[in-house]
Amino acid sequence: MSLFMIIITAALVNNVVLSQFLGICSFVGVSNKIKTSFSLGMAVIFVLTIASAVANLIYTFILEPFSLGYLQTIVFILVIAALVQLVEMFLKKTSPGLYQALGIFLPLITTNCAVLGVALNNVTDGYNFIESVINGFGTAVGYTIAIVLLAGIRESMVDNDVPAPVQGAPLVLFAAALMGMAFFGFSTLTLG
Amino acid sequence: MNKNVERLYNGIVKENPTFILMLGMCPTLAVTTSATNAIGMGLSTMVVLIISNFVISLFRKLIPDEVRLPAYIVIVASFVTVVQLIMQAYFVEINKSLGVYIPLIVVNCIILGRAEAYASKNDPIPSIFDGLGMGLGFTLGLFLLGAFRELLGAGTVFGIQIAPSFYEPIAVLVKAPGAFLVLGCIIMVMNAWGISTRANKMVEEGCASCAGCGTPGTENCDKKEEVKA
Repeated sequence: MSLFMIIITAALVNNVVLSQFLGICSFVGVSNKIKTSFSLGMAVIFVLTIASAVANLIYTFILEPFSLGYLQTIVFILVIAALVQLVEMFLKKTSPGLYQALGIFLPLITTNCAVLGVALNNVTDGYNFIESVINGFGTAVGYTIAIVLLAGIRESMVDNDVPAPVQGAPLVLFAAALMGMAFFGFSTLTLG
Repeated sequence: MNKNVERLYNGIVKENPTFILMLGMCPTLAVTTSATNAIGMGLSTMVVLIISNFVISLFRKLIPDEVRLPAYIVIVASFVTVVQLIMQAYFVEINKSLGVYIPLIVVNCIILGRAEAYASKNDPIPSIFDGLGMGLGFTLGLFLLGAFRELLGAGTVFGIQIAPSFYEPIAVLVKAPGAFLVLGCIIMVMNAWGISTRANKMVEEGCASCAGCGTPGTENCDKKEEVKA
């Protein structure tokens, strides 16, 4: 599969939130403003790309040679948790500006199942190093597209007169459902 | 009421993880395409929840407070791996359709949430019943959603034709967008009946309630408010 195909598939066809349901919590919870959700998206892109790379290296050079593949869930979750902490400390020291923008979201991402999900999917799909990184990046881009779009919809619905029972969560879920139907169109996409 | 029975009631009805606490949203939406998948996911989660609650409660005095979350995660991940290997060996079909969502039980908020909120403070036996109650509540919630979606979306339940032959299935309900639609409708009905769920709070508070399963994220949300101020 070409790298371009991987990125399009990960970002649009198999959108991580709208068709794989990973990271629903932050998708529903942190999507009330475009600006915040964009920052969260950037943080997810940052972490997911690095995590895919690290998880792939660990799997190829440690787990596979010693036939410890069955330990992948334990190893990946610990590596991701440690990695996020490390990234946070590194950003705090070297780039306070970037830390201001992304730092608050980093711990939230540890428990975001998208990160673990992508790391595990990379192994299942047998992606090599480059493909894993690209898949991680593409998935995170898909996440950002979805959450920013939802935030846009929510921002423009703020002043609408909505029946009381639909206010809050149902409205957000209905918006997500309509987005999911629109994204469904991508599943018939054939490239090349 | 007996304490253990009270735990069961609490998990299944009063604090039902699917309908009241709205925990574990990812598997709730992802695997409820059929009743079989829903039951498979619910029972796997329940097994992990019971065992991890029991073990965490046993070790609760040995685990230092500062590293309790990593310790819980390792315990939970170990049992998830065991369940995953058992599924691969004996339940090949269900395992194939649940796929990545089995290992993702590790990051299910219900498990870490119960460890933090109950097992780390109570004796092993009530902790087992807490896990059993929450697990049954989760399984019941998933089953109701799965059966509803399968019945309306494919006309079957557990793969058995239920709906009359003239019924035209609403295929979108068993596809991805149907999950959001059905859950939205359920919360809407519950809102209309005045049953308070955590869902609306989650939408408004965002980050704070997302990190609600005792994850380190909570403190950072406070930091966020400081940054704003």
